[in-house]
Amino acid sequence: MSASLTDEKRRARHAGFAALLRGQMRNIAPFLTLICLIAFFSFASPSFVTLDNVGNILTQVSVTGIIGVGLTFVILCAEIDLSIASVANATGIVVAYFTAQESYVNIANLPLPGAVAIALAFLACTGLGVVNALGITIIGIPSFIMTLAMMQIAAGISALLVRGQIAYKVPDLVSTLGAGSIGGIPWIVVVAAVLLLVGHLVLTYTRFGRYIYIVGGNREAAEYSGLNVKLIIGTVMVISAICSGIAGMLGVAHFGSAQQNEFDTYLLDAIAAVVVGGTSLFGGRGGIGNTIVGLFVLGVLNNGLDHVKIDSFLKILIRGLILLAALVINVYAQRLRETAED
Amino acid sequence: MERGAPVIELLGVSKSFGGVAALRDVGFVLEAGEIHGLVGENGAGKSTLMKIIAGVHGDYVGELRLDGRETRFRSARDALAAGVGMVHQELSIAPDLTVAENVFLGTQPVNKAGIVQWRRMAEEARRLLAGLGLDIDPQARIGDLPIGLQQMVEIARVLFSGARIIILDEPTSALSPPEVERLFSVLRRLRDDGRSIVFISHFLDDILRVSDTVTVFRNGRRIATSPARETHKAALIERMIGAGHEELGESYRADIRLDSASAAPAMLQASGLSLGRAYRDVSLELRAGEVLGLYGFMGCGQIELVRTLFGKLQPDGGVLRVSGREIQLASTSAARRAGIAFVPESRRSMLFHAEPLYKNTSVSTLERISRFFLKPAREREIARAQIDKLQIRPPRADALVGSLSGGNQQKVGLAKWLSFPPKVLILSEPTRGMDVGAKEDVVRIVRGLRDEGLAILVASTEPETVLSLADRVMVMKKGVVVREFKNEVISKDRLLEAA
Repeated sequence: MSASLTDEKRRARHAGFAALLRGQMRNIAPFLTLICLIAFFSFASPSFVTLDNVGNILTQVSVTGIIGVGLTFVILCAEIDLSIASVANATGIVVAYFTAQESYVNIANLPLPGAVAIALAFLACTGLGVVNALGITIIGIPSFIMTLAMMQIAAGISALLVRGQIAYKVPDLVSTLGAGSIGGIPWIVVVAAVLLLVGHLVLTYTRFGRYIYIVGGNREAAEYSGLNVKLIIGTVMVISAICSGIAGMLGVAHFGSAQQNEFDTYLLDAIAAVVVGGTSLFGGRGGIGNTIVGLFVLGVLNNGLDHVKIDSFLKILIRGLILLAALVINVYAQRLRETAED
Repeated sequence: MERGAPVIELLGVSKSFGGVAALRDVGFVLEAGEIHGLVGENGAGKSTLMKIIAGVHGDYVGELRLDGRETRFRSARDALAAGVGMVHQELSIAPDLTVAENVFLGTQPVNKAGIVQWRRMAEEARRLLAGLGLDIDPQARIGDLPIGLQQMVEIARVLFSGARIIILDEPTSALSPPEVERLFSVLRRLRDDGRSIVFISHFLDDILRVSDTVTVFRNGRRIATSPARETHKAALIERMIGAGHEELGESYRADIRLDSASAAPAMLQASGLSLGRAYRDVSLELRAGEVLGLYGFMGCGQIELVRTLFGKLQPDGGVLRVSGREIQLASTSAARRAGIAFVPESRRSMLFHAEPLYKNTSVSTLERISRFFLKPAREREIARAQIDKLQIRPPRADALVGSLSGGNQQKVGLAKWLSFPPKVLILSEPTRGMDVGAKEDVVRIVRGLRDEGLAILVASTEPETVLSLADRVMVMKKGVVVREFKNEVISKDRLLEAA
């Protein structure tokens, strides 16, 4: 009896340790990838490890990072948001639409005070997020399809507002945060850092953050625990849209123009950053820390490939392969976790 | 095949799952042209035996003879090729396809170019169904048909695949009396054609009415086989539960006296609740400080009923009251806020395996623990209090729930409701798959909670669970409450008799 008890204890401890290792697998793998990439590019190109270039990388990942905060919430809930880039684009265009443009800009826009324009832009992205939330939770459309439709809707709004033209001016506040800098640090990097930090604090230290992990970990059990699963999922869809909206406004200022299809590459970049970082597409595992690692993996990869002499067409293929490798690791780590649970 | 010749013979078959014996040295004979009824309690081994014959379990000790020749089926496909087909309780139809497509699922007739011959398929389906005495439109979408007809189509599919031996698992549990009649006439027709049918059921009246032979299983052994004409319900029940007390704790038949507390206020009242085909016109009253047992066979509607009481399913009609106030439970969170707690039957749907114990025990009461920011220290404190109260092992608030044993996981699923006690606690199958020790723990815990004044509803398909916990018992049968036991002496055979 006592022998079997200690046996059981030993097995439990062993299982606990193995489970710990397996659980950390999804955090370790992306981090190793990042270190390998940095080591490789430092070796391959002398211009890679300079202070200037570090600043470049930070700036380059900022827009993705802001979108990534909301997307991390969504993916932790085991949902997806494909409308992030379109919503960002539409919000950026809305804020420009309500700002006085130079006389040569041929857009029938509606100039309003900066604060009002910003408020309307927030209203726009929040509204789009609410539509996503209602479609998913009340009507019951899978998020993949719902946000696919929203991707088109937001793109349509962008197209209607600018009608193929380009707007340049945004309110001063937006233009400062998107294109200005403070003490040598671009404001957009500061905003991204603050939002990532807030996202991390919400996920780790608040009740709402706990609910996100719980819903993503086991939706059925969350419902049988009496949680309002629909409200939680609806809320993260709105948060995602607002983050996209902020990224859209600052992005427009950062790029210096507001036009159609400006953010298209950010859809895949943001999803890749979150998933490459090790946040599980099946929900419940991961977090902002993972997203930050994922952002840097992508940022270093994109930036580094520019520093080494490489066929720019091959670059696209390499990015795809790295993304595939990360997804394989993600699924594999998930399987390990499931066997650990059984 | 000559009538009366053995088509299936099992000799000394044993099978165990992870060290637990499910079948012990079983012999069984199925003859050509007979309907063979198979009865026994949950876990008696009848399903395991049939799964061996149907090729689901290929890994067993002993011998299986088909037409006198020793054989061993490695898969359901294997068995079907040899003429053994099984119709499970959960039908495996494709609801959006037509009747004809379901009959020919995976074996559609095609011409040389590989094009499906729709007309031929429809004609053959019609002919097959007519052969069973059924007039069903082969072009109808099968999901639109009543359950009884869907089942017929599935039987037709098994027959079309060439089965001479058909195993039916609980075929009557979801059927109305006329549908049962039609099924029986089809079965008799098949028998008269010389096919053999095994009919597994909890409904002893049905078994006795249609079977030629009845075999009783208990604790993995075949207890008796006799012609149906020469036996009756009471004798079957007696054999199913065992006359002696040979397996103490598993199969006792002690008489239990139900004493219902009556003066306490009613915490949960349902009147005239109905939900589709699942259950009809159910009324019940649950008082503080009592345990109401809800007993019925699998598929009797109790699973849907308890889900309705927790707001997971919405009833078509009827009124629900909590503490006397009429309420509509639009969601599980509405039920939780109204003071109702629910522990579902499967651990997968009550726990977060990858999270530590303390996060599991706080999930349902987090609103009471923290307004906005989490308080992990307080959560751990609450977890430790529950660990002490329910004797959870290992007693660590940070243990991963996935690493706990089944019985301890079950306790965690209960513990998450108890740090701020609800008014009503609903337990679905609280002792499923537990060993005797863990079951005793559950009984002790539930009695303790009742004495603290909780109103508790225990729904189970296991008579022992209901009898060991309940102060009052309601029996459901095919979606209707058929009997209530209170302030009287009850025993397992009376419970089985009622269901």
